Amino acid sequence: MVGAHTKTSEMPAEFDEIRARLVIARLAHLEGALLPILHELSHEFGYVDVRAVPLLAEALNISRADVHGTISFYHDFKTSPQGRHVLKLCRAEACQAMGCETLVTHLAKTHHLAPGDTTQDQALSVETVYCLGNCALSPAAMLDGALIGRLDQDQLDQIVLDATGMRS
Amino acid sequence: MTTKIFVPRDAAALSVGADKIAEAVGAQARQRGLDVTIIRNGSRGMLWLEPLVEVETAQGRVAYGPVRAGDVASLFEAGFLSGGAHRLGLGLTERIPFFARQQRLTFARCGIIDPLSLDDYKAHGGFAGLTKALALAPAAIVEDVSKSGLRGRGGAAFPTGIKWRTALAAAADQKYIVCNADEGDSGTFADRMIMEGDPFALIEGMAIAGLAVGATRGYIYIRSEYPHAFAVINEAIRSAEAAGLVGKAIMGRGPAFHLEARLGAGAYICGEETSLLDSLEGKRGQVRAKPPLPAISGLFGKPTVINNVISFTSVPWIMAHGAKAYADYGMGRSRGTLPVQLAGNVKHGGLFETAFGISLRALVEEIGGGTHSGRPLRAVQIGGPLGAYHPAHQLDTILDYEALAAINGMVGHGGIVVFDDSVDMAKQARFAMEFCAVESCGKCTPCRIGSRRGVEVIDKMMAGDHRAENRVLLEELCTLMTDGSLCAMGGLTPLPVMSALTHFPDDFEKPTLPLAAE
Repeated sequence: MVGAHTKTSEMPAEFDEIRARLVIARLAHLEGALLPILHELSHEFGYVDVRAVPLLAEALNISRADVHGTISFYHDFKTSPQGRHVLKLCRAEACQAMGCETLVTHLAKTHHLAPGDTTQDQALSVETVYCLGNCALSPAAMLDGALIGRLDQDQLDQIVLDATGMRS
Repeated sequence: MTTKIFVPRDAAALSVGADKIAEAVGAQARQRGLDVTIIRNGSRGMLWLEPLVEVETAQGRVAYGPVRAGDVASLFEAGFLSGGAHRLGLGLTERIPFFARQQRLTFARCGIIDPLSLDDYKAHGGFAGLTKALALAPAAIVEDVSKSGLRGRGGAAFPTGIKWRTALAAAADQKYIVCNADEGDSGTFADRMIMEGDPFALIEGMAIAGLAVGATRGYIYIRSEYPHAFAVINEAIRSAEAAGLVGKAIMGRGPAFHLEARLGAGAYICGEETSLLDSLEGKRGQVRAKPPLPAISGLFGKPTVINNVISFTSVPWIMAHGAKAYADYGMGRSRGTLPVQLAGNVKHGGLFETAFGISLRALVEEIGGGTHSGRPLRAVQIGGPLGAYHPAHQLDTILDYEALAAINGMVGHGGIVVFDDSVDMAKQARFAMEFCAVESCGKCTPCRIGSRRGVEVIDKMMAGDHRAENRVLLEELCTLMTDGSLCAMGGLTPLPVMSALTHFPDDFEKPTLPLAAE
């Protein structure tokens, strides 16, 4: 099984060429290997370092431009480290119908966090996501891979406090 | 004797604390010295009742919900192990009106069995379809699927049998079966629910497709927003392989069928079949021009059957019970059943599988119970972000591919998102354009640029800037996007926009606040 790791609060590892090469070598035999490898690199380092691009191009016999184009196409692949915790707020229609934008406003007013932001201490990143498939229990969110339904302001406050107060 | 207790492992149930409930039930039972077996089933689809805990009794399964961790002790005190009365008691699960009114074919096992137990799956009719298919010639399987009237449940509603026939007729050294599990439409969760609640049904459906067209490899492309479904499917593939049901030989005696699940990477457009294929190949998920059809030149240029999760999971039932039995459900050219997903501002949200032909009003008002907020219903959006917004007076329309098309709407993947009267339809129209701008693959200009211009034009209208002229401009832009886009993303974004503009013009005419004074 490749990918779909639940993110934990451990600090992502520093980029390391040897470990990156190991990840690539382990998966390069797959048909259409680039996405599985990018997921695995994201898991290993918390993001896809630009230094991995030539390694990928060489291993898969494609151009660096192809690798860059693929990384930049997908919302999941980040090119810089994210916060230790990642909160994805769903802002698609079913969640809009249940007031997700009020939660976004609350996050901005109370915690000075907008989707796309990471707290200064790198504790928490907040992202917009369009649909988590929990549309009957909206507003929905996902914290470090765990799905949350019927999210409300109190819960949101607690998530921010727990994430930013937690030292790991 | 042990008592079976069911606590769902479905992601929606987990999102409201099902894991804590399972733990609390286990702890209470140990404390009280009671012999219980906790089964982590899929969801019954009555999501407003999650976590829905069921107890197996002599009379049948008795339901309690929504259960909070603090309720567990009182459930034991009320004797829920033998179906005792409790304020959360719902009686026999099968008699709950939301459940009893359904015609569950595709979701027959979902919520009932342990999703990862092959024995459970077989005991509930699993692999009967595949067994039948193994005895048939490929063309006969394709014929059955055609006769069933099954149309692609992902949203495009293309006849599944025709796709399969085209792939069967294509000669190649390698063919592929690809499952589109990139369920990105807001308001839909049927794919997720069945992958988490009955994963072997998908494996069986794909294996039947493999037999039908002569494909020996299959991929399931699951969106990364569904980590739970991805984990369950991977585990199911491993056990199906270990049991010799797929892999080197289907059920130990058929041709090979190797299955692998792959993870998407957060791009809505990858739900479009040709983008999905490019993504599977490890590229940017950009749309391909058609022709060639994927059935002739698909994954890695090979003949490929690409279908939605629900299309594949409908096939085992069709093979087991016959094409006619399936086609007997439904009406007109919409045959069989559709798992309708009631979502958004709705009181009783969940999955309701029903034959085509039920009215939207029955779905939203009777079954869905109206709005969650209790305020008047103003609009429903059907078919995801590319589906139309319908005002309350259109609710008497029948759920049917053609009937919805006749009112400029679409069934799509069967999601119905309910909005109450607090919704601003101009904002919803703007969001449709904005979403298209964010998620466009960028390959064709009408979609890539048109959506950005669309946002700007709607902004001007909302700001009161040349409203009449900008309305004309928006209509022209929508026509251009409809006619000129390469795929449904740009081609259907005008549907929510124009429906909002047509049915809710007042929302675009609101008085504006004066801009900064002097």
